Amino acid sequence: MAEVLQFLPTLLLGVRVTVLVTVLGMIFSVVFALLGGLGRLSKRRPVRWLAGAYIEVFRGTSVLVQMFWLFYVFPRLFDIELSPLFAGVLALSMNVGAYGSEVVRGAILAVPKGQTEAAIACNFSPSQRLRRIVLPQAVVAMLPPFGNLMIELLKGTALVSLITLSDLTFMAQQVRALTGATLQIFTIVLVLYFVMSYAITLGVRFLERRVSVGRDVGRHMPQPIPEPVA
Amino acid sequence: MIAQAGGEVVWSWEFAAEILPQLLVALRVTFQATVLGSALAITLGLVLAVLRRSDSRAVSLPVGGFIEFIRSTPLLVQLYFLFFVLPQFGLTLSGMTAGVLGLGVHYATYTSEVYRAGIEGVPKGQWEAATALNLSNRRTWTGVVLPQAIPKVVPALGNYVIAMFKETPLLAAITVIEMFGQADRIASRTFRNVEAFTLVGLLFLLLSYPCVLLLRRLEARLAPR
Repeated sequence: MAEVLQFLPTLLLGVRVTVLVTVLGMIFSVVFALLGGLGRLSKRRPVRWLAGAYIEVFRGTSVLVQMFWLFYVFPRLFDIELSPLFAGVLALSMNVGAYGSEVVRGAILAVPKGQTEAAIACNFSPSQRLRRIVLPQAVVAMLPPFGNLMIELLKGTALVSLITLSDLTFMAQQVRALTGATLQIFTIVLVLYFVMSYAITLGVRFLERRVSVGRDVGRHMPQPIPEPVA
Repeated sequence: MIAQAGGEVVWSWEFAAEILPQLLVALRVTFQATVLGSALAITLGLVLAVLRRSDSRAVSLPVGGFIEFIRSTPLLVQLYFLFFVLPQFGLTLSGMTAGVLGLGVHYATYTSEVYRAGIEGVPKGQWEAATALNLSNRRTWTGVVLPQAIPKVVPALGNYVIAMFKETPLLAAITVIEMFGQADRIASRTFRNVEAFTLVGLLFLLLSYPCVLLLRRLEARLAPR
């Protein structure tokens, strides 16, 4: 046990990077998912086409290839420099965002049409319709699949170790090379990843409860005062 | 030779044509890993799905825990685990064996969820009828439930086969020279990475996209009308 504890501080340094990449990745993947999902539903054909191409390309290739391409190839083509953190976060969030786009699209299409019609009848502008009527209802349906995607994102962050970022997986390899205590190291690392996934699961469950507040008509529970969502 | 940046040739068609055959040779390893990994994932997933529904909690709970744990942790770390830890216990696996095992077990936890959905879609009356006919547990599964559950989940399983195909580049991290590993080798040997990585990306897209389209059609055809 003492042996196990001695590796922990080094591995926790890696956890910090993993958490950083995951949190940044979450933010950007939601942005890409919204852009992709709304783009697919746009009235303008070029926008729809562009969003479709983005989604299919990023879903059709491998994340690792995307990450290497962004980190090694992209800077050469355009003569610029990308930090490993930037390339890693961008590749992960564009990849997860492509899958998320389909979630966003599906959730928006699932909002009953009458809601949009009612909003038009109430003289809401298109952006008001989206922000105040459609999205708040779509978010309820988006959250569970997004929770799964965020866990996929966390798992994907292990790949940044291959473009030199010192995340948890990278640190594990370093400690392994130094000490050779492979069983202990990789067991701790797997457990640490599991704990982080579980934290995401709990977080998403909490959000699900929050966004569905006031929507559980027919359930015998004290109804809290509905709060505006998002 | 087309685009230029900073006076340096960025994309050379000649070089691309020169390395393409090497990538295609390595593609065979990619296919091998995909096929073997899928075979494992598709069979083991079914076993996991059935065990998870066991009446005995001593079976269903550990199996459920295993599925959750494997699903929640990165495949790359699991591959390292198989490749670096097992030799300590006298079980040295080649990169390919560890890769197929890792890929197969990881995706078995996903396919088990697919099978679960399929099994839950079988009407309860079918189980009751099997009981009424005094069918054994084994006959109920193999003769009644699974033949109805499996055909419906074929497209979903296909999607995971494609997902596995796209995950094979991770095997390069445990010394397997599949297509991506080959590109990486070419890139570090020649200091030209633009052609190699771009071609690998294009090949992945070219191979997976038609399969995706095919599966979508299959899915649409199997969908309840």
